Amino acid sequence: MEYMTNDVEPTTTVAKILCCQCGVLIESNALNMCNGCMQTQIDITEMIPKQGQLQMCNKCIRYLQPPTTWIAAQLESRELLTVCLKRIKGLNKEVRLIDAGFIWTEPHSKRVKVKLTVQKEVATGAILQQTFVVEFTIFNQICDDCQKIEAKDYWKALVQVRQRTSHKKTFFYLEQLLLKHNAHADASNIKQVNGGLDFYFAEQNSARKLADFLMCVVPCRFETSKRLISHDIHSNIYNYKYTYIVEIVPVCKDDIVCLSKKQSKQLGNIGPMCICSRVTQNVYLIDPKTLKVAPISANDYWRSPFTALCDSKHLVEYIVCDVNVLDEHSKPHVYGKESQKHVLAEVFVMKSSEIGVVDKQYSTISHLGHLLHPGDTVMGFDLQNSNVSDPSLDQYDLDQLADVILVKKIYADKSLRNRRRQWKLKHLDVEDVGSVNSTMERDYTDFLEDLEEDAVLRQTVNVYKDEKKFQSNNIGDEEGGEDIPRIDLNEMLADMTMEDSDKMDS
Amino acid sequence: MAVRTQFESSNDIGVFARITNAYCLVGIGGSENFYSTFESELSDHIPVIHSSIGDCRIVGRLTVGNRHGLLVPASTTDQELQHIRNSLPDNVRLRRCEERLSALGNVIACNDYVALIHPDLDKETEQILADTLNVECFRQTIADRVLVGSYSIFTNQGGLVHPKTSIQEQEELSSLLQVPLVAGTVNRGSDVIGAGLLVNDWMGFCGLDTTAHEISVIESVFKLGQHNIMGGATTTSAAGTNKTIKDALVDALT
Repeated sequence: MEYMTNDVEPTTTVAKILCCQCGVLIESNALNMCNGCMQTQIDITEMIPKQGQLQMCNKCIRYLQPPTTWIAAQLESRELLTVCLKRIKGLNKEVRLIDAGFIWTEPHSKRVKVKLTVQKEVATGAILQQTFVVEFTIFNQICDDCQKIEAKDYWKALVQVRQRTSHKKTFFYLEQLLLKHNAHADASNIKQVNGGLDFYFAEQNSARKLADFLMCVVPCRFETSKRLISHDIHSNIYNYKYTYIVEIVPVCKDDIVCLSKKQSKQLGNIGPMCICSRVTQNVYLIDPKTLKVAPISANDYWRSPFTALCDSKHLVEYIVCDVNVLDEHSKPHVYGKESQKHVLAEVFVMKSSEIGVVDKQYSTISHLGHLLHPGDTVMGFDLQNSNVSDPSLDQYDLDQLADVILVKKIYADKSLRNRRRQWKLKHLDVEDVGSVNSTMERDYTDFLEDLEEDAVLRQTVNVYKDEKKFQSNNIGDEEGGEDIPRIDLNEMLADMTMEDSDKMDS
Repeated sequence: MAVRTQFESSNDIGVFARITNAYCLVGIGGSENFYSTFESELSDHIPVIHSSIGDCRIVGRLTVGNRHGLLVPASTTDQELQHIRNSLPDNVRLRRCEERLSALGNVIACNDYVALIHPDLDKETEQILADTLNVECFRQTIADRVLVGSYSIFTNQGGLVHPKTSIQEQEELSSLLQVPLVAGTVNRGSDVIGAGLLVNDWMGFCGLDTTAHEISVIESVFKLGQHNIMGGATTTSAAGTNKTIKDALVDALT
C-alpha cells in the first residue's frame, strides 16, 4: 500500500498574453508589448537631436560652451564630454542620462561621436533604456582671447625693462634667460625701445609673473602704475592698463666701481676700487688688490646705489711685461670671503699705444695672476690719466690708488674667435629691432666671449650647436690661440625645432 | 462583434458607459457621437439611456448592474434615480446603495449569475447586491489587485482579466464564475480592462486604440463573432479567421 505524497506546491505560472501589436505570446509587462514591437514603436530619443555643432578655437584648442565660456579640452577628454553633453538639448529634462562616452573618430575628421545611454519611464513601472550616438561637427571659431592676441596691439599690462647703461650685454643675457625659462610665453608682443625692452601682455597676472621672474634672475627693482581707461559707475567695474617698470642695476660684468668709504666699510673694508666679476641675482664685486669678494643684493644696491666708473669701452689695451705671483706670505691678509678662482699677482704692464714711444712700465696688483703671462694683451683702466667724476672717488686720495686696474685678458683677435665659435644662441622675436649697428654687434660678440670664459654664466643659458661651422671648422684647425676658452661639445644642445618662433642667429 | 469607439478623445469608454444584456447607460458627453454609437448598435434590442450619476458623467465606474438589476451609489440624486427608473425595463430592479466605496463599477464585476467583489466591501452591500442583481458574491482579488471591477470584465459567455493574472488564479476564478477566462489587454497594451472595454452577451465596445490582435482575443473569449453567425450571417469560421487577418493587416497599415 502506498501513500500519495501530497507535496505539490501551488506554484504560480505566469500567464502568457498576446503582444498587443503583433500577437506574439509574451509574458505580461508594463507595456504589454514584445521587445521587438517596443523597439519599433517607442523611441525615447525622439526629441534629442542626433547631430550637433561644436565651436573650437584652434589657436588655443578650446571649445565654446555657450554663451561665452571657452573650455580647454583634448579630444576624448572629460572636459570635452562635458561640453558635448551641455550642447545636447532635451537631455536630463525628459530622459535620464545613464552613460556617455566617445566613439573614436579620426582626429582630423572634425567629427566627434558621443555614445549615450538614456532611460525614460514610458509607463508606470516601465523604464526603457536606449543607446544612441550623437555626432558633432567641429567648426573653427577664434575665441575672444586669441582674437585680441591676433590683433597684436591689444594689451592690458606692460612690463618695461630698463637698464641705464651704454651697452646691451645685460639684455643679451636676459634674452637667453627668458628663452631658457620660456618666461615670455604669455607676451602678446615684445618691442625694443631705447634703453631696454617692452613686453606687452593681455593679462595683468602674466605681466606680474614676468616682473617676478626678473626679480629672481637679475638684480632689479620694479614699480607699478595703472591708468584708468574706462569705468562703469553702475557696476563698479574699472578698466585699467597696468605698467610695470623694471629697472635693472646699471652695473655690469667687468665694470670698475668706486665704493664710498661707508659702503667699503660695511662690506668689510673692500676696495674702494672694485671690479664687478659677475651679475646674476646679485652683483658680485671683487677687490683686485686683495681678492676679497662681496655679493651685493638688489636691496642692498638700491639702498646706496653706485655707478660704474668706466665700462668696457673705456678700457685701454696693455701688454704684460712681467708677472710675479704673490705667495701666501706676501699676500695681504683678508677678513671674510676671498676668491679661490683668482690668483693675486704683481703685474708689470706697458700701454700698447705707448710701445716704442715711451718706455714706461706700470706696476699694479691684479687678480688675474692665473691667466696672465708676459707678452699677453690685457685690458685695463688707466685711473691716473682718466677724467672721471664720481662723488665716491673724490673721498680718496688719488695717489693712494693704483695707477692701472687690469680687468680682463684678451685672448685673441675677435674675428679669429668669431670664426672658431662652433655654437650659437637663440633669439627672441622682438619687434622694431631697428638698425643693427656696429656697437650692438660688438656688444653681442662681447657677450658671447663672456659666455665662453665663464662656465657659471653658461649654466643659465641654452647653447646650441652650430652645424654649419662645425663642418667647416673640423677640416683644418688653425694654428695658434690654443688657450682660447671654448665651450665643450657636451655643453651644447642640438637644435630640434626648425620652425620656431624664436629666431636662430645666422 | 466588437466596435471601436472613443469618448471625447478618451479611449477609456468603460468609464462613461455601462452595458448589460437588458439596458445600456451612457454618460452625458459634449457631443452625441458616443451615444449614437451605442444607439445604432443596441437600440433595436435594449434601451440606451442617457444619464448622469450624482451630476457626474462617469456612470460606468459608479454603477454596477446586470439584466436583473442596477445598483447606483448614494450620491445619485432623486431626479436621476427617477429618470433611470422611468427608462429602465420594468423587470429590472433599481437600488441605491450606501457604500463607502462609492465607485461601484470599480469594486464589483458581475455577469447575470455571479459577482466578484472587493474584499473590503460592506456586508450590507453584499446583501443588497445579491438581492438586487440576483447574483452569488465572491470576495476576490485579481492579480493581487483589489479593484476587481477595473481589472476584469466578464459576461455569461466568458471573461477578460488583468494580464498579470497567473494561470492558477485564472483557473480558480474560472471555476468560481463557470465561464472561460483569458488574460489580455485593451487599448494597445492597457491593463485596465474595465475602463477600456464594454461588453454584453452579443455586443462589445472597446477603445479606439485597441489593436486587431486585442480585438480578436476579445471576440473569441466573449464569443462575439459566433453570435453573429447565430444571428443569420452565413460566415464560416474560416471566413472569420480571414476577416481577423484582414483586420490585423488593415490595422498595421493605418
